[in-house]
Amino acid sequence: MDRIIIIGTGQGGLQMAASLRQEGFSGEILMLGEEPGLPYQRPPLSKAYMANGDAGALVLKPASFYERAAITLRDGVRVTAIDRATREAICADDTRHVYDHLVIATGARNMRPPIPGLQAPGVHELRTLTDAAAIRAALAATRHAIVVGGGFIGLEFAAMARAAGIAVTVIEAAPRLMSRALSPPMSAHFLKLHRDMGTEVLLDAKAARVLVDGDGHVSGVELADGRQVAGDMALIATGVRPNIELAEAAGLVCQNGILVDGTLATSDPAISALGDVAAFPGPLGQSIRLESVQAAVDHARHIAKRLLKAEIAPYAAVPWFWSDQGKYKLQIAGLLTEADEIIPLAPPDGEPATLLFRHGRLAAVETINAPGIHMAARRLIGCDIQTLRAHDFDLKAAIKAHA
Amino acid sequence: MKITFIAADGTTTEVEAKEGDSVMHTAVQNDVDGIIGECGGSMMCATCHCYVDEAWAAAVGGQEDGESDLLDCAASEVKPTSRLSCQIRLRRELDGLVIHLPESQL
Repeated sequence: MDRIIIIGTGQGGLQMAASLRQEGFSGEILMLGEEPGLPYQRPPLSKAYMANGDAGALVLKPASFYERAAITLRDGVRVTAIDRATREAICADDTRHVYDHLVIATGARNMRPPIPGLQAPGVHELRTLTDAAAIRAALAATRHAIVVGGGFIGLEFAAMARAAGIAVTVIEAAPRLMSRALSPPMSAHFLKLHRDMGTEVLLDAKAARVLVDGDGHVSGVELADGRQVAGDMALIATGVRPNIELAEAAGLVCQNGILVDGTLATSDPAISALGDVAAFPGPLGQSIRLESVQAAVDHARHIAKRLLKAEIAPYAAVPWFWSDQGKYKLQIAGLLTEADEIIPLAPPDGEPATLLFRHGRLAAVETINAPGIHMAARRLIGCDIQTLRAHDFDLKAAIKAHA
Repeated sequence: MKITFIAADGTTTEVEAKEGDSVMHTAVQNDVDGIIGECGGSMMCATCHCYVDEAWAAAVGGQEDGESDLLDCAASEVKPTSRLSCQIRLRRELDGLVIHLPESQL
């Protein structure tokens, strides 16, 4: 294997390149990415970056790293096709790059709800540094922000905007916040936290169209039931969709993402996929797709071990997620899917936590401002409920006892 | 101001640092091997574990709230001088700081 090409220059793509070198790959590594500039961290875009505006602090590795590790980074380049027969990645500028192995790390893009008015000035989305910079520039003059979508990004933004003294209304189509990611009790708790921050939260509320003023600038959002929410800025934060078009056009099997096996290989053994775009076998046998830093970097390490060390153990890293909303650090270890028992914990001196079980085994743990419990949880996923009950569900004590 | 990083194999790297930055950030931005900082300083991962040089331990100070819980999950041995480098903010008094790096972060 002489040449590995990575399509996508997000955190997963970069980790792929770095892990290949760490595992001893001495051939050529070429990264092709559409976004301009060095790979950077996305999570702080809705958090630290909004506060300090320091784009330099987001850069994952300095330019010297790519030089030292002999990683060729071609940014601002769009790959338009993959020719599997000749093993080539074809770019918009008609350059063709031959690979021995290809890793697709194209990530996801924001989903845009099919409502009129999204093109109006003052309507924003948040995924890239460019998006974040535009939002940051608009905030100074914003009096009332409307957030369409009560997920992680929307609520992180809402908390930040409230702290900056901006009035905020969150419009969520589901009956509870972060319904894809959280248990009902935790959703309810965050609803209270956000309302206590002064954010207006509308549940079961479906955005129907963006309203504009005489100049065409956003002036509000109309809901499906006819209610109108007035505001001078709107953030559309209604989730993402995986960037599978390249893979699909190349004939790779896709199903809510590029379908990969337990070793993260696609239906073509010369091509792997990782991160937000990869649909991989989850703990319950069904294929899952995760949108997280953890999945991106753990996938990358796993693929590197397979390619360089011929390790074919199935990928089984414990998923974890975090979201900083105001002063609350929400952390999730494991997956909530099909949980059948919830044990709520309410420490007298802290924020509540929930343990979720599936068939008597720990499936997921949600915590707030409790990194120690979260770290213990990551090691205890799969532990049986009796063992944890014997420790009164004190995860840190359970770890110590069984260390 | 300057910081010196000493890797487990003895490799020494001196870098120029900025007051207000964290030690983790300084290491990552200067391409120092041995500090990962996977979560970007969110106290999520324990992959920026470091040992503060004995001579600097008092000036740097001890672990902050929650840090020891994360260090429990660190890949390398935890010592009394162990810190998460994302939690060490550079102050003027720390000019010349010496940081030792663990063998592994994963």
